Amino acid sequence: MCLTDHFWQFLVPGVTLGALYALIAIGYTLVYGVLQLINFAHSEVFMTGGFAGLFIAQALTTPGTTPHGAQSVLFTLAGLLGGAAFGAAVAFLLERVAYRPLRRRGAPRLVYLITAIGASLFLFNLAGKLFGRDRTDVPALYANRVVFTLFGAQVRVQQLVIIGTAVVMMVLLDRVVNRTRLGSGIRAVAQDAQTASLMGVNIDRVISQTFVIGGLLGGAAGFLFGTYLNVHYQMGFLPGIKAFAAAVLGGIGNIRGAMIGGLLLGVVESVSQSCMSSQWIDVVAFVVLILVLMFRPTGILGRGLGRAA
Amino acid sequence: MATAADAPHRGEPPAGPLLAVRGVTLRFGGLTSLNRVDLTADRGEILAVIGPNGAGKTSLFNCLTGVYTPQEGTIAFAPPTAERPVHLVGGPARRRRGRKPHVVNRAGIARTFQNIRLFAALSAYENVKVAAETRQRTGPVGAMLRLPHARANERSSDAATSALLDFTGLLAVADETASSLPYGVQRRLEIARALATEPALLLLDEPAAGTNPTEKRELEQLIRRINGDLGVTVLLIEHDMRLVMSVADRVTVLNFGRVIAEGRPAEVQRDPAVVEAYLGTPGPDEGPEEEP
Amino acid sequence: MNAGPPPVPVRRRRRVPPPLVRLAGWLAAGALLTVLTSTAEGTPTDHLLVLREAFGSTALLWWLAAAGVLWAVLEVWRARDAGPALARQTAGVRAGWQRIAERPLNRRLFLLAAAVAAIVLPRFAGEFYQRVLVDQVAVFVLLAVGLNVVVGWAGLLDLGYVAFFAIGAYTCAFFTRALPVKPPFALNPFVILPIAVAVCLVAGLLLGAPTLRLRGDYLAIVTLGFHEIVQLFLVNKDTWTGGNQGAGGIPHFSIHLDGVHYAWGLDSLPYWYLFIGMLAVVLFLFSRLEHSKVGRAWTAVREDEVAAAATGVPTVRYKLMAFAIGASVSGLSGVLYASRIGYINPASFPVVLSISVLSYVIFGGMGSLIGVVVGAALLTFLPAVFQEQELVRQEDIPIWIGGILVVMMIFRSQGLIPSRRRRRELGLAAQGIADADAMSESPEGRT
Repeated sequence: MCLTDHFWQFLVPGVTLGALYALIAIGYTLVYGVLQLINFAHSEVFMTGGFAGLFIAQALTTPGTTPHGAQSVLFTLAGLLGGAAFGAAVAFLLERVAYRPLRRRGAPRLVYLITAIGASLFLFNLAGKLFGRDRTDVPALYANRVVFTLFGAQVRVQQLVIIGTAVVMMVLLDRVVNRTRLGSGIRAVAQDAQTASLMGVNIDRVISQTFVIGGLLGGAAGFLFGTYLNVHYQMGFLPGIKAFAAAVLGGIGNIRGAMIGGLLLGVVESVSQSCMSSQWIDVVAFVVLILVLMFRPTGILGRGLGRAA
Repeated sequence: MATAADAPHRGEPPAGPLLAVRGVTLRFGGLTSLNRVDLTADRGEILAVIGPNGAGKTSLFNCLTGVYTPQEGTIAFAPPTAERPVHLVGGPARRRRGRKPHVVNRAGIARTFQNIRLFAALSAYENVKVAAETRQRTGPVGAMLRLPHARANERSSDAATSALLDFTGLLAVADETASSLPYGVQRRLEIARALATEPALLLLDEPAAGTNPTEKRELEQLIRRINGDLGVTVLLIEHDMRLVMSVADRVTVLNFGRVIAEGRPAEVQRDPAVVEAYLGTPGPDEGPEEEP
Repeated sequence: MNAGPPPVPVRRRRRVPPPLVRLAGWLAAGALLTVLTSTAEGTPTDHLLVLREAFGSTALLWWLAAAGVLWAVLEVWRARDAGPALARQTAGVRAGWQRIAERPLNRRLFLLAAAVAAIVLPRFAGEFYQRVLVDQVAVFVLLAVGLNVVVGWAGLLDLGYVAFFAIGAYTCAFFTRALPVKPPFALNPFVILPIAVAVCLVAGLLLGAPTLRLRGDYLAIVTLGFHEIVQLFLVNKDTWTGGNQGAGGIPHFSIHLDGVHYAWGLDSLPYWYLFIGMLAVVLFLFSRLEHSKVGRAWTAVREDEVAAAATGVPTVRYKLMAFAIGASVSGLSGVLYASRIGYINPASFPVVLSISVLSYVIFGGMGSLIGVVVGAALLTFLPAVFQEQELVRQEDIPIWIGGILVVMMIFRSQGLIPSRRRRRELGLAAQGIADADAMSESPEGRT
């Protein structure tokens, strides 16, 4: 069987990629939970995080050298925070400028979707104009050594950094959503916005906060993705579609579902590389999406930000 | 105007009742909305389903029309046009599936909604015409090329629409936008739209809710004429007791998802179980109420 | 099954006076326009280049001044309550105009005038503009008219629309033996037209059938993915498609019937007549479709899917029908395009193109045939003019398209020349009365 041949070689890259998909998928699922909207422009939040991280890394490092020790940790943190901050800023502005006027008017969902797709087109082409249209590598912030081997597969620092960061962020998010006032506001709006507003929840604020949280995770994922591959003005497009597929796979509107769906999709995509030429790998996510829609449209964990999350 | 109820002249109708609901149970999670409900609608009668709020009346309608699929029980519908009863819900417990709403409608069950659901931006005429056309076989190609059969269909649905608007007294407002019509008129338009699909059974979900006394009297007349002139069997959910008592041939009472009484209106009214069910809840003739 | 996300109760805490907030908004818009109209383009190493160029130029001052003036005028307008006053004063004129516009005879005259203009005017245009008319305007108007069926009439969002355009074009290339994989015979492009329509119809049905059973908004992402797959296929399966090199030497249209011989060549004008001829046929058929049983059923599904199903309308079948009809028009334009240009490669069919076509539909007024034709014609002709005059760089056009989509949705979602039904619906949806799309869960789709 081709799947088992190189399973371990492909597992760790798969988990790495899956962790990134999971971070982006959470952004889709959060917004879908409170607004029932596919926020197409979320992929541009991700792209912004990538560029912000790139510029911070360029500013901090000197060409030709690789930072080490405490410097590495500090620089990586700076890139991460910068990516997250810019991602959150774009997500916040997006909600304020584009979606809120529609919400005030009670526009139909088609109008939201068209706005989202328009905003996405606007943002990534603007980035192309401002920052150029070439692929750019992020300067190394640490030496990407092999840390250990797992069943003959090498595991590198970079992969551990990405997986570790993603896990920490997801655990934090889970706490925030389930244990804090902010989280209960989000869950309340996701369950029933009208009732929530009658109970004194400020819906505008909760929705803004939801976008910001999604933006933080998406922006951070953008930075991590940039260090893993490279930064490009269209870098958001494919990871965006795949993360949405992951969100649907886990159960749209369900945060833990998005995490599981992201990881699963990353692993499936990576492992199937041993069965097909890598040119076709992008097909996998799409096929998974169609299969889920056909056979289990509610996803693995089912719906419900309020109930199951 | 041809309704499916004209069909008896064409051949012998299948024996037995028009609609037979047997042991229907519907659960949402832990909540049992309908509990082994039996209901029989005989040909040509007006049957009313009453019960306090949350008794499961609208859930029953939704099971009948394919919106929900009950976990247990069977629903058999025997329209005069069919040779054998159509099982709307049935089959083994594992793979049971309800008929889809549009299939139920084609089988001969039409409905109105408790909270009026017209096609708001279409005119009254177009609302009825959409319904009158659903049985026609005109496809996109026929429509684009205006083939002979498409034109013939168009003429027949125009005729049916005008006849129905006349029947329901809506000809004067035919060209008005549905959403601009007064509430009571919208209710009547919804009935006209349901009738346009040529049903053998018409389900009316609180048709008198939100209407004034004059409109109620007109509604009573209309229901009688639908039953008498068109020969359509009517199943009616209603809170307005006066309307139910005057128009219904039989009454079935639901409470907490169970059938607690059935019979002639006068008998049911005296039934101690029914009186008890309504105690503590708003009196049965305190006008329209919303059901969750 | 209500319209979109829940309406939000208005609760505002005002600290900054609203006029100043609006001024800030206008100034921000001015600054943004300065950046957008700048002809510089940044690089990854100098990411501030464009901002430096734009904000260091005098153009910034002009834009800011324009924004300020506009703000002042609008504030005065608002303070005097001039909007409603103007609406009252012009009510009579507008009603009169409406009456004139709606009289059937006048409509026919208008259509006749438009047809005559479309036939006569291009003769006097220069070679460049003739080419723009054929390669841009005609092709994209046809595409937009097809997408209008999906977006405007059925209320669905199809973001992989251009994938069917590509399928049509490659079908044409295949049957004219222009691809590496060859059929044993070559066909005339005219014969390929119905074949491509059929192929795209089937492809649309295959893609739509599993998706449309579910929530309508999933269609958007599935079609986006579909486009990506088609692209991957065209690029990677190079033994069939020629890969990135694409396929060249696709023959032009020609007629050989009973001694009548005519071949379209490199000249633009004959192609213009061929294209607008096709367009006229499609428009004629679609205008009949709009006012037929099918058009009414689409409206019913758009407005209230549950009620439509309860009235006996097979909602999923009608959505699928719209999706497939849209796909086949896209395929038809693909054949026309491939034969006209003679050379196609995967880069001719980027995802952005689907969104561009969507923006034409939106800009003109979804659901309105005239609106869509005008919208698509304007949005394809004007950029070509701007490019010719070197006002806008070609790479920046998607930014403008994205911007137009967002601005139109916020301020005038019914479009330039709205259809009457659509305008009514969007108005009613705003009051929470009806729906205006087919995005909610299908009553048939529950499992």
